[in-house]
Amino acid sequence: MLAVLVGLPLLMAVVAAVIPWYRVRSWLLAVTGLVHVVLAGLLVIHPLRAAPPGAWVGLDALSTLVLLVTSLLFLGCAIYAVPYLDLRRDRGNRMIVPCLLVFLSVMTLAVIARHLGVLWFAVESTTIASAPLIYYNRNALSIEATWKYLLLCSVGIALAMLGIMFIGYSALGLESHVSLQLDDLLRQGPQLSRPWLHTGFVFLLVGFGAKVGLAPLHSWKPDAYGEAPGLVGALLSGGLTSVAFLAVLRSVQIMAAAGDVAMARQALLGMGLLSLVLAAVFMVRQPDLKRMLAYSSVEHMGILAIGVAIGGLATFGAMLHLVNNALTKGCLFLSAGNIQRTFASKKLSTVHGAMTVLPVSGALFMAGFLAITGAPPFGPFLSEFTILRGIVAADRPGVLAVVLIALATVFIGMGSTVLAATQGEPGEPTLRGQDRFLLTAPPLVMLLAVLMLGLYIPPPLRDLLQSAADLLEAKP
Amino acid sequence: MYGVTNLLLIAVILINFFTLGSSRLNSCIRAVAAQGALLALIPLAAHGLTFHTVVLGVGAFALKGVLIPWVLLRALRQMRLRRESGPLIGYIPTMVLGALITSAAFIFADFLPLRPEHRGGLFIPTSLATLFVGFLLLMTRRDAVSQVLGYLVLENGIFVFGTLLAEAMPLMVEAGVLLDLLVGVFIMGIVMDQIQREFSTLNTERLSALKG
Repeated sequence: MLAVLVGLPLLMAVVAAVIPWYRVRSWLLAVTGLVHVVLAGLLVIHPLRAAPPGAWVGLDALSTLVLLVTSLLFLGCAIYAVPYLDLRRDRGNRMIVPCLLVFLSVMTLAVIARHLGVLWFAVESTTIASAPLIYYNRNALSIEATWKYLLLCSVGIALAMLGIMFIGYSALGLESHVSLQLDDLLRQGPQLSRPWLHTGFVFLLVGFGAKVGLAPLHSWKPDAYGEAPGLVGALLSGGLTSVAFLAVLRSVQIMAAAGDVAMARQALLGMGLLSLVLAAVFMVRQPDLKRMLAYSSVEHMGILAIGVAIGGLATFGAMLHLVNNALTKGCLFLSAGNIQRTFASKKLSTVHGAMTVLPVSGALFMAGFLAITGAPPFGPFLSEFTILRGIVAADRPGVLAVVLIALATVFIGMGSTVLAATQGEPGEPTLRGQDRFLLTAPPLVMLLAVLMLGLYIPPPLRDLLQSAADLLEAKP
Repeated sequence: MYGVTNLLLIAVILINFFTLGSSRLNSCIRAVAAQGALLALIPLAAHGLTFHTVVLGVGAFALKGVLIPWVLLRALRQMRLRRESGPLIGYIPTMVLGALITSAAFIFADFLPLRPEHRGGLFIPTSLATLFVGFLLLMTRRDAVSQVLGYLVLENGIFVFGTLLAEAMPLMVEAGVLLDLLVGVFIMGIVMDQIQREFSTLNTERLSALKG
């Protein structure tokens, strides 16, 4: 079953690279996305028997959660891609469709990996598979973005490999054979050599943190998200960041098993707060819609890190926020893509009155902004509020103050940009946009899902979130 | 076998210096290729002939020593590039920095809580020194090819450390890691080609339009 989840997109990528029909190739994406969601859904309803300890792949609560999120997000983006690629016949889809499918395959592998080596391989593969996606528009700016992304993430990920080696070194001599399998490491936790474990954790945090886009390793993010097509931005900011964050959480798990969760949390808290504050600063007066969304992604990764760092209730909030962030970012990037295409620009100097020109996409962008900044009744309000309650319960007034001020700054900064873009009169009164059904339905469904999560969390999902959060707590 | 391993490790360190001091991209690529090829022998020299080390050695030799340099050299030929666009810091100061870093790596390794069997060995200092030299290349060179070489040297440093762990990484995973490296460098080669076409130079300082 798990093999199918990884193998099917890979097989389809080969098929897509071979077949000559343009539209079939686009539809292949949507069909694969649908099958992937169905399979992932089946796995949630009928969980596999727990993987034998020592298996390289397997599902626990954390990976089930991230798998569901990435799979759903991919389906939305794949459906959006069908009409999008029809509009972009000049660029073609012979490159982007196989790359998207490989991207899905390796993301799935990263999610289900239970061996640090497999995890590393999959995360590095996501970098490679997504570089051509960022480069889709083939102009000077997208080359620059791709180069920065490739170099920074490759070097970051190389450091993560060093971190894995250090953790391996910390287990040297405990048993006859060093194993980098997660269950083995969790079992050996208390006996691992401290200095090597700590150094290894720091390197893992730096390496995978670069991929998550936590400050100060976020510099590739605005460039890459800004220059990539909207649907790629959605996949990167909702899917890839969640997957990379899962990789960070794996290292937190190892630290928790070793009884050193306090140190891991401190490091996460520092990076989280820095991300939040830096993103807030850059979002004020941000003249570029997509770069604004990229900084918003940095901000929300910071919130996730803070949630996990505080622990307890806040960790539960962070798990919920991971879902909310992915879906809301999907909605925002897809609708921003529609706006950018109509205005032929993503700069505030050109984009005015998006609500008049594109009633549906403009409204979706506006509603997405309200959702992501934590306005009720959308899901992020609930998850951010839960994290804030967790911070209060943990008695951290300093953290609370910084988070609240940053969130308010973000709301004002993002608000002024979004309002200027959506309200008012379009610069050229003759400009008429067209909202196509398949280009607006996926972001709309994502927004509705976020709205639902704000009003009602189904009990099975609540259980899943709770058991995911429990995995990150220190064992007594 | 210790003699051979130490010889190999010392050669790796010497190649570090060569890459820091050379301005000809062709010879730099060849030097990194030689470094990769020597590294591939280290698992064999350190752990003897087993199935794992032989496959790993042959794989690493083929990729680090032959395929990846070939990809880079081919990209270089197509772009008709000979010299790099000049480092941020001159070659001699970089060499001096490299020497300082290498000595620091040797001193630092003495303070690490190593296992008794690794104490005083050359593995850890070589690994650290190679890692730092990779970083130095990445930071001080302006052209894209040298930055990729810096990344490869960095990877080589990590590979040296990995040989200490013997068989912690299963062969399948090692193969995947090497494959990632190859495909990654291949894609970097394509992007380099596009940079050259778009900007008529490989100087990455020209890649500065995206800000704020």
